[in-house]
Amino acid sequence: MPLGPADLAAIWLTLKLATLTTLLLLLLGTPIAWWLAHTRSRLKAPVSALVALPLVLPPTVIGFYLLVGMGPNGPIGQLTQSLGLGLLPFSFAGLVVGSMIYSLPFVVQPLHNAFVAMGTRPLEVAATLRAGPWDRFFTVALPLARPGLFSAGVLGFAHTVGEFGVVLMIGGNIPEKTRVVSVQIYDRVEALEYAQAHWLAGGMLAFSFLILLALYSSRRLRPAWGN
Amino acid sequence: MAEGIEARLRLDYPGFVLDVDLRLPGRGVTALFGPSGSGKTSLLRCIAGLERAGQGFLRVNGELWQDSAAHLLLPTHRRALGYVFQEASLFEHLNVRRNLEYGWKRIPEAQRRVGLEQAVALLGLGHLLERMPQRLSGGERQRVGIARALLTSPRLLLLDEPLAALDVRLKNEILPYLERLHDELDIPVLYVSHAPDEVARLADHLVLLEQGRVLASGPLGDTLARLDLPLALAEDAGVVVEGRVVGHDAHYQLLSLALPGGGELLRVAHAPLATGRQLRCKIQARDVSLSLQRPEGSSILNLLPAQVSGELPAAGGAHVLVRLEVAGTPLLARITRYSRDQLGLFPGQRLWAQVKAVAVLA
Amino acid sequence: MRRRFLTALFALIAIGRLSGAAADEVQVAVAANFAGPLQAMAEDFRNTTGHRLVASFGATGQFYAQIRHGAPFEVFLAADAATPARLEEEGEALPGSRFTYAIGTLALWSARPGYVDAGGEVLKGQGFRHLAIANPKTAPYGQAAIQVLERLGLREALAGRLVEGQSITQAHQFVASGNAELGFVALSQIQQDGRLGSGSAWIVPAGLHEPIRQDALILAKGRDNPAAQAFLDYLKGERAGRLIESFGYGR
Repeated sequence: MPLGPADLAAIWLTLKLATLTTLLLLLLGTPIAWWLAHTRSRLKAPVSALVALPLVLPPTVIGFYLLVGMGPNGPIGQLTQSLGLGLLPFSFAGLVVGSMIYSLPFVVQPLHNAFVAMGTRPLEVAATLRAGPWDRFFTVALPLARPGLFSAGVLGFAHTVGEFGVVLMIGGNIPEKTRVVSVQIYDRVEALEYAQAHWLAGGMLAFSFLILLALYSSRRLRPAWGN
Repeated sequence: MAEGIEARLRLDYPGFVLDVDLRLPGRGVTALFGPSGSGKTSLLRCIAGLERAGQGFLRVNGELWQDSAAHLLLPTHRRALGYVFQEASLFEHLNVRRNLEYGWKRIPEAQRRVGLEQAVALLGLGHLLERMPQRLSGGERQRVGIARALLTSPRLLLLDEPLAALDVRLKNEILPYLERLHDELDIPVLYVSHAPDEVARLADHLVLLEQGRVLASGPLGDTLARLDLPLALAEDAGVVVEGRVVGHDAHYQLLSLALPGGGELLRVAHAPLATGRQLRCKIQARDVSLSLQRPEGSSILNLLPAQVSGELPAAGGAHVLVRLEVAGTPLLARITRYSRDQLGLFPGQRLWAQVKAVAVLA
Repeated sequence: MRRRFLTALFALIAIGRLSGAAADEVQVAVAANFAGPLQAMAEDFRNTTGHRLVASFGATGQFYAQIRHGAPFEVFLAADAATPARLEEEGEALPGSRFTYAIGTLALWSARPGYVDAGGEVLKGQGFRHLAIANPKTAPYGQAAIQVLERLGLREALAGRLVEGQSITQAHQFVASGNAELGFVALSQIQQDGRLGSGSAWIVPAGLHEPIRQDALILAKGRDNPAAQAFLDYLKGERAGRLIESFGYGR
């Protein structure tokens, strides 16, 4: 195998990034999806649109605005500096933030669909069985949304692994900090090292296929609510 | 007055307003009856707190659940109620046992008045405990739903058309369980239905709703016999009487029932039952005929002394509906207008009611 | 500085509109660092020769891969000398057409005025967190930047503070947005009409790195296109030369 330590480091970094991003997104995306599924607020449409934005925007746009926004003169940059966190571009934390924005709709939408499909009935039933709001959420809503959680996790992870544009714009290509597989592939192609590029790109292809295969295979197991 | 249910609730939706002021008995089954869209389910949901009535006052056997004036609105999970939905709405991710335990576990041990084994036995669920809900029949699901609600040891049981989604066979499978509940539970039950036969079998008290308002509220027999309600216009108008078993004629297979009040006897074809047991019968108005003299040599078994207490022209114009009292028990008779004139009926008149058929409801 | 970035971003559209469709046009692949001069010469080229220029800007390595796989470019203005040589060897170019159209000048630049001193001493200080360079594996300016750091004996000391842009354009962008306090960029990116556009810069002495020879050549697809030859001739000419030098390139 012609992969060198730099490639392996990129793979490891990518897995670390995708795992952390997915976990944080599940934590952040679940309340957002829940709110979207149950609110009657006028903010629902704008928030939905905002969450879906990364689906249609080219990653370079997200990357560019993140670079500017998280920079020393940008609003995020000023905030992180005033909080003593320094600046986010060229850091692993910055990549996590960028990836979270980039993959947000891939996590929120399956969860939102799951919460909507579930409806309010199971929660009402739980309320009549003395379960308070948090109790209902953890003992009824989350278990019933399990297929949605699974989809959200898988899609969020896969999409983060496949991220390129945002990382390119804010990463700075630092080994073991921001040089992920997709950037490494780009490097290899640009450096005309096609053999390594093939190994990495082919691996990515196989990985993405397998993860989607797992997702679609599990779909038929999804239980329906009611009959 | 702490006993009973006091409900003054108003719910405003575009195109629909629910506005009720009810006092209901603190025990027995109260049927909320009316056409679809009359607000039965909305009323039930307001009582459960699933729908928030903007203005309201609700007290259940002494416990205050809502008092808008005092800004009190107890959330559903703080109300000691059991709710059975139209579709059983079991938790699909839990097996039957864990569905049953869901509410039960959330009740402090000291407050548990219904045990798991008791509920399982009452609704015949022993063999189903380890099954997932997806593998239950409609009737089984509904029985689990009822048992699950009972296991919260509710102080009020709310049933929202629990049989509506079931076919006749499954209905007949569940009805006996509901009757056992009626007999064994010492808590008030509100039962939403638009099926007259369910009401006749189960209810003690009847609330008639139309377009979000209460048309009538009263004991079942009295309310069914009221001529001023749309019930009287129905083809199957009639009353429900409850008698006490006093004897059985083994030779002719006839059961004798004593009607409340005067102790008049009603004889019906039925297998023997323990003396003293209460039995419900439905007597339809079209099965009752009238005679000024005590008829002799008639094939009709039941002959009851009655007094006319009112009348109503019935549908089509050829008939009238006559309201009678048999020692305090109301009865309806449908006769032709011609016969009415021939008999010269007037309120307070004493005559004989012949009952051709009695349907035993239990 | 943001304006400059956007200018580069939309250059393709602008040039596309200038050139329009039809008869004698030439498809040119242009190294990103040369975007400024090329835009400046596009209109003059059309006025003097009547031919139209359709330019794509990008990374040299990427262009190489695309050309090898049938991209429709007719002329290639690379950021280095090696890539055109390789294409010529592989028979992807018109033999003998290759020549050096510009010699790149490396500059250490900061978006902050007065931050970079005339001798580049700022590199030895601790005042900055990030030094942006182009990817040394793929970009000639990146290679040159590494050579400079080696000559100055700073390579080890600064290793932890280097951030790489995939191209010299991106390195410039890192500095322009303020995320990197310093960066090695192409002088052509920050100089116009012989003057520094903004910030502060140190023009790196040519002796500190191998010359950044940028070669151009006619590709196989442009062999029979008179506009391709015309553009190369124009590029070798006096007017183009002056323009290129005004952007800080050598000849």
